[in-house]
Amino acid sequence: MKLRFSRKTLCIPYAVFLVFFVIVPMLVILVYAFTDRNMGFSFGNFVKFFSDPTKLSTIVYSIVIALITTAVCLLIAYPVAYILARSKMKQKHVVLMLFVVPMWINFVLRVNAIREIFNWIGLLGEANYFNTVFGMVYDFLPFMILPLYTTLMKIDGSLYEAAADLGGSAFNGFMRVTLPLSLPGVMSGVTMVFLPSMTNYVVSDMLGNSMVTIVGKFIYEYFGSDWHMGSMVALILLIVVFISTWLTGGFQSEENVRGANL
Amino acid sequence: MAEHIIELQDVVKYYGDNLVIDHVSFYVNKGEFITFLGPSGCGKTTTLRMIAGFDLPTSGKILLNGKDISLLPPNKRPVNTVFQRYALFPHLNVFENVAFGLKCKRVLNTYRNEKGEEYTKKEKLSKKEIEEKVKKALALVDLDGFEKRSVSTLSGGQQQRVAIARAVVNEPEILLLDEPLGALDLKMRKEMQIELKEMHRRLGITFIYVTHDQEEALTMSDTIVVMSDGVVQQIGTPTGIYNEPSNTFVADFIGESNIFNGTVVGKRKVKFCGKTFDCVDDFGEGEPVDVVVRPEDVQMTTPDKGALKGEVISVVFKGIHYEITVQVGKYEVVVQSTESRETGAVIGLNIAPDGIHLMKPKYTTNVFDGVINKANKVEFAGGEFDCDVTQLYPGSHIDEEEYLVLPSGEKLDLTGTEVKVEVGLYDISISDDEDAGGTTGHIISIIYKGDHYRVIVRTGDSDEDEDFVFATEDLWNENDYVSIVIPKEKIKLTLKNTEEKKR
Repeated sequence: MKLRFSRKTLCIPYAVFLVFFVIVPMLVILVYAFTDRNMGFSFGNFVKFFSDPTKLSTIVYSIVIALITTAVCLLIAYPVAYILARSKMKQKHVVLMLFVVPMWINFVLRVNAIREIFNWIGLLGEANYFNTVFGMVYDFLPFMILPLYTTLMKIDGSLYEAAADLGGSAFNGFMRVTLPLSLPGVMSGVTMVFLPSMTNYVVSDMLGNSMVTIVGKFIYEYFGSDWHMGSMVALILLIVVFISTWLTGGFQSEENVRGANL
Repeated sequence: MAEHIIELQDVVKYYGDNLVIDHVSFYVNKGEFITFLGPSGCGKTTTLRMIAGFDLPTSGKILLNGKDISLLPPNKRPVNTVFQRYALFPHLNVFENVAFGLKCKRVLNTYRNEKGEEYTKKEKLSKKEIEEKVKKALALVDLDGFEKRSVSTLSGGQQQRVAIARAVVNEPEILLLDEPLGALDLKMRKEMQIELKEMHRRLGITFIYVTHDQEEALTMSDTIVVMSDGVVQQIGTPTGIYNEPSNTFVADFIGESNIFNGTVVGKRKVKFCGKTFDCVDDFGEGEPVDVVVRPEDVQMTTPDKGALKGEVISVVFKGIHYEITVQVGKYEVVVQSTESRETGAVIGLNIAPDGIHLMKPKYTTNVFDGVINKANKVEFAGGEFDCDVTQLYPGSHIDEEEYLVLPSGEKLDLTGTEVKVEVGLYDISISDDEDAGGTTGHIISIIYKGDHYRVIVRTGDSDEDEDFVFATEDLWNENDYVSIVIPKEKIKLTLKNTEEKKR
């Protein structure tokens, strides 16, 4: 028999991967979340989570930290990306590279370095939330700059000229042309910063002097003792993420999102 | 006298080291349809962009209604542009695209307060006013009812119309159009040409149009500005430019032309293709001239009745006429006629005096500034050439140590001597072997002159370029990279300053 490779054949490994590494684990989490220690069906974890104020406040804290981190990243990244994308400088990719290069250095090493600096200037243990947000902004900034830069680069230069030609001031042109056209990049960057800032407890542990607990840390700790509660927290986080992605329009399959993602 | 709505005064524009507009001056009359015509890279779009305000002139002035606007930003100028690739806003629908300019606009409204005093307020246009104006603009371009459509769903022609509506809705004093029909197919282009002309008549504003399509320019314009190489070659009406091209570039670029080298042999008599013809242009006797004859001005007749006699070498049917190439001696003459002839037939050709246009040749010789170097070679135009330096001093010779020895026995070291270098039009040849000649460059112009091509090669970098003009019988292509070969004995040197550098 002749072995025939069609496109469908090529799909098989990916399908297998998706089943075993995405669908099955999700189901496992779902099952654990709604069972008790004897594997009997139960809403116990759900009730326990929402009746415990410390757990609820952790979720709120995580969201607030993630929101602030995302906002600060956006405020820093947009001007940088905009200036780089519009400049006629020949070496602008070098400057862009400089912003991205820290990503290539080991993450733990970077966080440790910041910790040492904070320790040295005496901030460690003094301003735990500030330190946490600072570290997250430092770590996630490239994920905001890159998608913004890509979308801004793709805006046809003649559109800026058209806006000016039609009487628009520089501010007007920015608000009515540049900003709306760069929104897909903003959304993409927001998603890529917001989600890890909710869960990346390495930063909050090391820079927050173990005084800042975010959802990620929570899940990690529960999986040491109570897998069922851990699964429930993971599930709740999944839902929060789902809602935030939906709110930022991340599910749009329209062409205006195309290319905004890295 | 018509008002000058736009006037360019000695405008120069550099992009980096690149000279793109070379001292251009002209004016545009209020209400006329003026076209900048030229090949790509001639500076026509840059000129338009400077009028729009996207580019600022390096030096010189642009006046609008007599006021200097050279440095005014685009949003402060009462002009609007239709862009080459439309530049419609992809995130806005047709209505919002057209309304963009209106929403930026502020108008002075006069009110009366309770005491009866008048006061003015700068206000946005009302929603209703904007809607009315957009509707009118869309009706003008036949896009009624398209308000809600997304611009990405429109065809090229429709996008074009939206772009025009978006510009004219602001009631600009001047509408700038940058090759607006370039992306449309031929039939659509023809229709839009007529519509644009009609729109110009109805709106009564000044249109400045940029194109490389000579037919489009001839069809639509009141005035044509022919540009090439950053310089205005000719300004005139379509008929004026077609019938009386001021130089061979214009003649070659606009319409088909036979261009020959000729000599004036008497009062209103010119000799070319080996025969003497009567003509209407007055030039001094013995003067070399360029002769331009339009193919439709050549009449075919029987061999015995023609001033020229030749053999038909090709016949091409062009729809409304035949293009017939006739070999007359060593010259090729192109004829356009509604009648056909058999290939190989021997026919006679006549040219009426008013069909013969004489113009002063732009190039008669090549002159460069050069310097003699150590090896007794001459350096100019970014290269070095073998030459005979003894021609600088009659009777001198070169000794074995490479010094120039004067008849008096005095020895001269010529290193660093500045000289004027002259090379005739027929003394240069080119080679595609880069090392064959003294310097290299790109071919920037080729014009066929009946029996040879006149070729211009530009050497050196943009800022200090030098052009070589010469005749060749070989066909090259524009932009070919070639080296310049000049035989040693054809380089004519003269001393520039009498101060000799002595040993």
